[in-house]
Amino acid sequence: MKTIIILGGGTAGSIMANRLHNKLDADEWQIKVIDKDPLHYYQPGFLFVPFGVYEPGDIVKNKIDFLPKDVEFLVEEADKIVPSENRIYLKSGVMCSYDILIIATGAEIVPEETPGLKGELWQKDIFDFYTLEGATLLAEKLKNWEGGKLVISLAESTIKCPVAPLEFTFLADAYFTEKGMREKVDIFYVTPLSGAFTKPRATKMLSSLLEEKNVMVIPDFYTEHVDNERKMLVSYDQKEVPFDLLVSIPVNKGSELIEKSHLGDEDGLNFVPTDKYSLQSKGFKNIFVIGDATNLPASKAGSVAHFEADILTENVLSYIEGKPLEAKFDGHANCFIETGFGKASLIDFNYDTEPLPGKFPYPVVGPMGLLKVNRQNHWGKLAFKWVYWHMLITGKNLPIPSHMSMAGKEVPAELLN
Amino acid sequence: METINAIPLATNAEGYLKNYNEWTKEWAEEVAAQYGITLTEKHWDVLQWLRQKQAEDVKLNIRKVGNSGIVDIKQFYELFPGGPLKISSKIAGIPKPVSCI
Repeated sequence: MKTIIILGGGTAGSIMANRLHNKLDADEWQIKVIDKDPLHYYQPGFLFVPFGVYEPGDIVKNKIDFLPKDVEFLVEEADKIVPSENRIYLKSGVMCSYDILIIATGAEIVPEETPGLKGELWQKDIFDFYTLEGATLLAEKLKNWEGGKLVISLAESTIKCPVAPLEFTFLADAYFTEKGMREKVDIFYVTPLSGAFTKPRATKMLSSLLEEKNVMVIPDFYTEHVDNERKMLVSYDQKEVPFDLLVSIPVNKGSELIEKSHLGDEDGLNFVPTDKYSLQSKGFKNIFVIGDATNLPASKAGSVAHFEADILTENVLSYIEGKPLEAKFDGHANCFIETGFGKASLIDFNYDTEPLPGKFPYPVVGPMGLLKVNRQNHWGKLAFKWVYWHMLITGKNLPIPSHMSMAGKEVPAELLN
Repeated sequence: METINAIPLATNAEGYLKNYNEWTKEWAEEVAAQYGITLTEKHWDVLQWLRQKQAEDVKLNIRKVGNSGIVDIKQFYELFPGGPLKISSKIAGIPKPVSCI
């Protein structure tokens, strides 16, 4: 009997456990999932919690309910991976051996990385919405807030769901408008990037939306610390942004376990160096990495984990059979962007192709529109919660291919060579 | 950049050197001057480190420079004010850094 261990039972880990369970002979392979938290969070739902759209109960379920029955699920915290021994040591003292390891430990916010962020104003005037706790406390704060300077600030450019801070900003604009107090709120969007987003056409579309909604963008602002006394964000080059209410997207890091196991990248953010096509770890042939845990130049998002799972399943099977790893991930990401007032946009892109306008998933009929703002996209986003719980994490096939398709995309003339 | 380089090397539209191997110190000094930067020993240490990482095919970001042991992030900003990684990459003759999203 051989063993595959999947470390992490979130989006990526659940999909992989289901996919591999369907493909592998149960007499030959045992699949184990190890996670310190028994609960599965629908992370895209966190965005809606501060505005009272979702209650915590809508977006939390038990991980074990989404894993096949004969996959062993251990609620244990891993202490250290020792690749030279093919072993994982758990904090409880137990040791697990593996033949193949899949690291799916995700990313988490680490407010402690920015001095002053988790200071005396934390959860009083400074909040996050990347945790259920933070999003829930922020909902309480927004209910009674009387207005002032609302600053949405990204502490680092590599973050989970890179569009979520923009969505929060759009939803905040709508929330205060609907409460009849938008004129009492000045909204600032502070980012270390040079614009609202990284890719040119999406940035253009999102920047004009921000302008339309009267949001001030402060680009190239790399936060060094938060001055609690003066309620001020301070950058490495001594620029300052004052706030009354700070909604921070703190530095995102991979699991501490990665650091302890010396498996992380040089920037100290604990993401695992991974081959961007095969998803094999750069250090060890029998260790694969998926989802937010990788250091790939792709978005850290559930859609990416889902597309990666198709590729990784194929490559793990090839690895088992001693064949070359021929399936190649193309960096495909697909993200809804809530823009407020019951509308949303949609972007679909990969390593080589930036988000382009067009229709999705089918040319001409859509029904969703790429780089457009409409109601169909918003319904798509809301319907996705059902798709996530009922199809996606249990590894069922969705009608979207893992490789990005150019069908339905309008390619601007200057990109045609 | 409106200035035409006295040392003409092929660059892309944004002024990033096309061929890593054509890079010379004189060219670097000239590009630095366009940003009002006079290269000191510390600048050169950073530039050489960036070039070495590029040769090793390491994807760069500001934190990696901050962990290089040569400068911390604050000093990096002092050496190359504005957008330190973008500017230093250009001077070092390596491609423009890409964001991971």
